Amino acid sequence: MEYEAVIGLEVHVELKTKTKIFCSSTTEFGGEPNTHTCPVCLGLPGVLPVLNKKVLEYAIRAALALNCEIAEYSKFDRKNYYYPDMPKNYQISQYDLPLARNGYLDIEIEGRTRRIGITRVHMEEDTGKLVHQGTITTTPYSLVDYNRAGVPLIEIVSEPDLRSPEEARVYMEKLRSIIQYTGVSDCKMEEGSLRCDANVSVRPKGAKEFGTKTEIKNMNSFRALYRALSYEVQRQIDVLEEGGRIVQETRTWDEGRGVTLPMRSKEEAHDYRYFPEPDLVPLVIDRQWVEEIRAALPELPDQRRQRYIRDFGLPAYDASVLTATVELADYFEACVARYPDAKTVSNWVMGELARLLNAHNMEITQCRITPEQLADMLRLIDQGTISGKIAKTVFEEMFVTGNHPEKIVREKGLVQITDEGAIATVVEEVMAKNPKVVEDYRAGKEKALGFLVGQVMKATRGKANPEIVNRLFKERL
Amino acid sequence: MQLYYLPVHELHTMLAKRQISAEELCRAFFERIDSVEEKLKAYVTLTRENALEQAREIDRRIAGGEQISPLGGIPVAVKDNLCTEGVRTTCSSKILYNFVPPYSATVIKKLNAAGAVILGKTNMDEFAMGSSTENSGFFPTNNPWDPERVPGGSSGGSAVAVAAGEAAAALGSDTGGSIRQPAALCGVVGLKPTYGAVSRFGLVAFASSLDQIGPLTRDVTDCALVMNVIAGHDPLDSTSAPGQAPDYTGYLKNDVRGLKIGVPKEYMGEGISPAVKQVIERALATLATLGAEIEETSLPHSEYALPAYYLIAPAEASSNLARYDGVRYGYRAEGAADVVEMFMRTRSLGFGPEVKRRIMLGTYALSAGYYDAYYLKALKVRTLIKQDFDRAFARYDVLLSPTTPSPAFKKGEKMADPLQMYMSDICTLAVNLAGLPGISVPAGFVDGLPVGMQLIGKPFDEGTLLRVAYTFEQNTDYHKARPGI
Repeated sequence: MEYEAVIGLEVHVELKTKTKIFCSSTTEFGGEPNTHTCPVCLGLPGVLPVLNKKVLEYAIRAALALNCEIAEYSKFDRKNYYYPDMPKNYQISQYDLPLARNGYLDIEIEGRTRRIGITRVHMEEDTGKLVHQGTITTTPYSLVDYNRAGVPLIEIVSEPDLRSPEEARVYMEKLRSIIQYTGVSDCKMEEGSLRCDANVSVRPKGAKEFGTKTEIKNMNSFRALYRALSYEVQRQIDVLEEGGRIVQETRTWDEGRGVTLPMRSKEEAHDYRYFPEPDLVPLVIDRQWVEEIRAALPELPDQRRQRYIRDFGLPAYDASVLTATVELADYFEACVARYPDAKTVSNWVMGELARLLNAHNMEITQCRITPEQLADMLRLIDQGTISGKIAKTVFEEMFVTGNHPEKIVREKGLVQITDEGAIATVVEEVMAKNPKVVEDYRAGKEKALGFLVGQVMKATRGKANPEIVNRLFKERL
Repeated sequence: MQLYYLPVHELHTMLAKRQISAEELCRAFFERIDSVEEKLKAYVTLTRENALEQAREIDRRIAGGEQISPLGGIPVAVKDNLCTEGVRTTCSSKILYNFVPPYSATVIKKLNAAGAVILGKTNMDEFAMGSSTENSGFFPTNNPWDPERVPGGSSGGSAVAVAAGEAAAALGSDTGGSIRQPAALCGVVGLKPTYGAVSRFGLVAFASSLDQIGPLTRDVTDCALVMNVIAGHDPLDSTSAPGQAPDYTGYLKNDVRGLKIGVPKEYMGEGISPAVKQVIERALATLATLGAEIEETSLPHSEYALPAYYLIAPAEASSNLARYDGVRYGYRAEGAADVVEMFMRTRSLGFGPEVKRRIMLGTYALSAGYYDAYYLKALKVRTLIKQDFDRAFARYDVLLSPTTPSPAFKKGEKMADPLQMYMSDICTLAVNLAGLPGISVPAGFVDGLPVGMQLIGKPFDEGTLLRVAYTFEQNTDYHKARPGI
């Protein structure tokens, strides 16, 4: 039987406000354990939370960017459960009256656009962190760090609209992109400022009813998300194919073993005993304020992508890649401002630059090549000072040293040889040294020319103008 | 009269006129404490050195020609659920026996700023859960009028401290009657302000939507003076009312002519002892003579106040008290094999039986499948109770009732029957559910034991309560009686 996956994601995003959601402790990542704390975020007896208005503003901004309706009346609730990283043994969250509902985002999958529903966006406080000596099962004791406790989070819950692990991954990437554009979060999965749980079920393709779902936790990267979901979907299909039944449970992704493992069953699920947080007053959200936030939204990825296609004449694929992060798109546009051939810039940014960043495990923000330098290098090609091939060498040197392309070309003697006489001498030498290859070519072996051109390039250390070399050979053969 | 039995406003005059120094006053109170404390056990912690230092500081300011505020140099006691920086704050619970807060409650900061001299932290029912102070995790407190009897609770220590001259004034907290009921049973004035009138920041929470801090004092004037210090908006408490608090002494007028007083018949019926009823009827007659218009009225949903209260308060408490788990501060049980066992042992050994009873009750009321039937239903009843009061206040300026159904009961009498104990707050609970201000003033005696009269006001209309209470006080002598201890 053919199956289809039904996946919904619950994504937690840390908001990068200066201070925590209910107190004035700093939200800065890292720091000595338990130094970014105060009586409020430590949950000492008698303290009270006070909502950081910036958190509300950021949450509204993110929700608007996800096309949500912002509630006029909202409130906080307590989610009760015991865990040592929870200072109060309850989390201040939102239950039945979340900040925002009924949003969506569009993803591109195999050239098609799919609209994924967003059920709700709500605000809550983050927990602290447990530091184990070794693993959680073998540790003789654990230490608690409350620096993260009280850092503002928004939880973004999608509809069960995703139909494959690939769609889930693309959705997450798109979500991250949109949130980053709004400037409310860094969305760094490795620092935990973007986290994700998934609800997964499978059903016979075309069926209307949902199958029994499992919840998957502990997926700490995009790759982990994709692998965990792929594993879980296949596991559920295998269970059903063998005539078994899916058990509703929470499972955890074991990155090392590449499997999902049962964590707790439905019967062991927490009863969170939600009730309205009596220490905070309900939120009555001013419509005019919401409209001001909406009006101040920056250009979002979809809009920027459309603009790249429309104004720069870029292919859709280029536009998508270049607009994935604000930083990359800003870099690209800074280059285009100095070198208006957008497609050429795109080729270099998506090609050589992306390759080098990847190889050096660097972000675009760390790139030493300035947009001016990249534009200047492209002009050196246009002027015939360097060949496209040499340019790659120059570019890599620019990437490593941060030096200006002209300086590199000058110091390394990489200026292109366009003197026909000089090139002709080399061409004739190569022909003289390789009579057999010359024969082959004349006998109809087209590929032999490539070898001969290569020999000229080798002799000139790549500096000979390839067009001239080709032409001179053809004249002589 | 002995120095330690004078009201705050008289002590202030003596200090201002330099008839006595703040240090002498402070020492006089500690002498009194030393002589009666063994019999009464009002305090959990005494802060003798701090107090004397505070007093000497006030004396230096007086010597420097400074005008001191009405509470400057006045020896006061505070309930042990108010956080005091550097001074242990136990809530009379073993689970917090060693907890020293790194910060002070807003009301403590305000007292300090006003120059009040804090003598110590007073005993209470553990986490303010109780009506007799017998639920203290350390020891019970005794009523100065009859040490065989309870002082009421949960602010029993604060009421006794004021009644017995162990402090000139005190702060308590009131979630269902915990200021008014002990005030009534000890013969002092106790005010539970409107919800939001006084900041709760630093008050160790029992039931957040019901808790309020308020004064226990010798007379109504002192009550207004303390309110002037502690009331007002606090940015650290989201539920504190915006705006500036009034000058409460401005309401101290000896005049109730034309005021309409409603007497809810549900508060004068079944369960109220005939002797207490007689006291209240005499008080009503006095107020009528003074020109108030008195009418019987009805708060029809009154009988549901107690069940609603005992769902809402424990539900909030079950969550508020979840943080006492031995991880960060307070008592931690030794010898647990893992963290879950540590939680369980710490809480099993650290909490007393009444606290555990309420945590269980509240956890149950919030559990899946029971929430709608209990907690949600209780919230709806709460709305009906509020509406009862709204309707009554459309016709009356204040409502009047007994504060408690009977005078102070014998120690141990109600400990075996929690419901009997809960009934002791039957006249006060609804006021917290509706968030209204309520004051208890001494209104007479039954068999040598004080009886309190409760006045209930419109939201933020403490002023009218103070005016009626003041007028009654000016025309009676009950507040001048002192226990023979």
